[in-house]
Amino acid sequence: MDKTLPSLSAAVQDIHDGMTIMIGGFGGSGAPIELIHALIDRFLATGHPKDLTVVNNNAGNGHVGLAALIETGMVRKLICSFPRSADPVVFTERYLAGQIELELVPQGTLAERIRAGGAGIPAFYTPTSFGTDLAKGKPVEVFEGRSYVRERWLKADVALVKAHLGDRLGNLTYRMAARNFNPLMCMAAARTIVQVSQIVDPGVIDPEAVITPGIFVQGVVEVPQPQQEEDLNRAKAVYPEATA
Amino acid sequence: MTTKLTPTQMAWRAAQDIADGAYVNLGIGFPEMVAKFQPPGREAIFHTENGILGFGEAPAPGSEDWDLINAGKKAVTLKPGTAFFHHADSFAMVRGGHLDVAILGAYEVAETGDLANWSTGPRGVPAVGGAMDLVHGAKMVAVITDHVTKDGKPKLVERCSLPLTGVACVTRVYSSLAVIDIVEGRFVLREKLAALSFDELQAMTGATLHCDGALADLDVPAL
Repeated sequence: MDKTLPSLSAAVQDIHDGMTIMIGGFGGSGAPIELIHALIDRFLATGHPKDLTVVNNNAGNGHVGLAALIETGMVRKLICSFPRSADPVVFTERYLAGQIELELVPQGTLAERIRAGGAGIPAFYTPTSFGTDLAKGKPVEVFEGRSYVRERWLKADVALVKAHLGDRLGNLTYRMAARNFNPLMCMAAARTIVQVSQIVDPGVIDPEAVITPGIFVQGVVEVPQPQQEEDLNRAKAVYPEATA
Repeated sequence: MTTKLTPTQMAWRAAQDIADGAYVNLGIGFPEMVAKFQPPGREAIFHTENGILGFGEAPAPGSEDWDLINAGKKAVTLKPGTAFFHHADSFAMVRGGHLDVAILGAYEVAETGDLANWSTGPRGVPAVGGAMDLVHGAKMVAVITDHVTKDGKPKLVERCSLPLTGVACVTRVYSSLAVIDIVEGRFVLREKLAALSFDELQAMTGATLHCDGALADLDVPAL
């Protein structure tokens, strides 16, 4: 078994028009910037994939990563909890112009819907959002005297994930709070593609330290010294770079 | 003109009520300052939605690690005993009743305990983040807020007019003028600025204030 992939372009080959894509990260931490940019490169070269539904906690910041994906016009719908950031101009303009659909989900509900999708649980009840606009139209049930809202699982065709170490079997570790949504998304997608800072031999990752077991991973590509969204934004980077 | 507490002073006052050993989530903005005012000898553990328990203060400028941030996307630091976890575990801590205290900001708080703090109406881009989760589950949900809006309208009201974050969830309000508990659908005044009469405070409050036992002065250092 060898899940390693030779290149970023190979890693994003089997992503097609209309797919639902989970993209890991919380703000810039854990965001697979290089995989996103490889997807943009493919779209610029071939016109595909487009009409994507993207699941992420946020809506991008500046003009790199998820914001660049939206700016390129590949995203039809965003499912997220907090579409604001220090520089949310790309999403804000598209949203206010009616060019992108938004499904707003409370952050914990978003996490649990993804977890449920990966765990084979089609629906669950949560106290979150009861009595609010975000619960409209959803079934409510009372347990032990308290009202709970029914929420559905969330699954994806593809997950693009950033991890720290990975092996050819797909076992992963994460770096500090860059873990966030990434392990959940690995579980919830039919095909999970991971960029790791380093590919190591099986056994190098202590079995006690594996956060995502390889069964949830289909592809691993090495990106040494990955870019951080915060650093790119401080440098006012734009992707793709303007050509003369 | 009435004097009022600054956000820093409100944060100081809220910090005095956090017990030794408490697990605490602080909302983005003013509530984040509560961590700076832990009374000596008490150890609280701070939780952030993006998967850290027991993080430390902001690093020196230039030494940020962007994989080590809080829910407001600000850089934090490691401390001995810090723990990382994924988002589903993070919100299990929130909804599962494991947090002792959550402190949030507010647009409006109703005497019923209803909170509105995520949307100012249909215009603009809506964003909710973790607020709707945090108001359910923490043993104590408190709010830090100016007592009135910038144009002088009460923020403590009978019923919220803005979209709700949660129903009957807030139990204590640290305002710029007073400390008020919410008990069985009523605002119960606990502390007020000494310079302010009860009637003056009532006039700036959009619902009836009740007194139940001792009423103390809201006494906060200059900071």
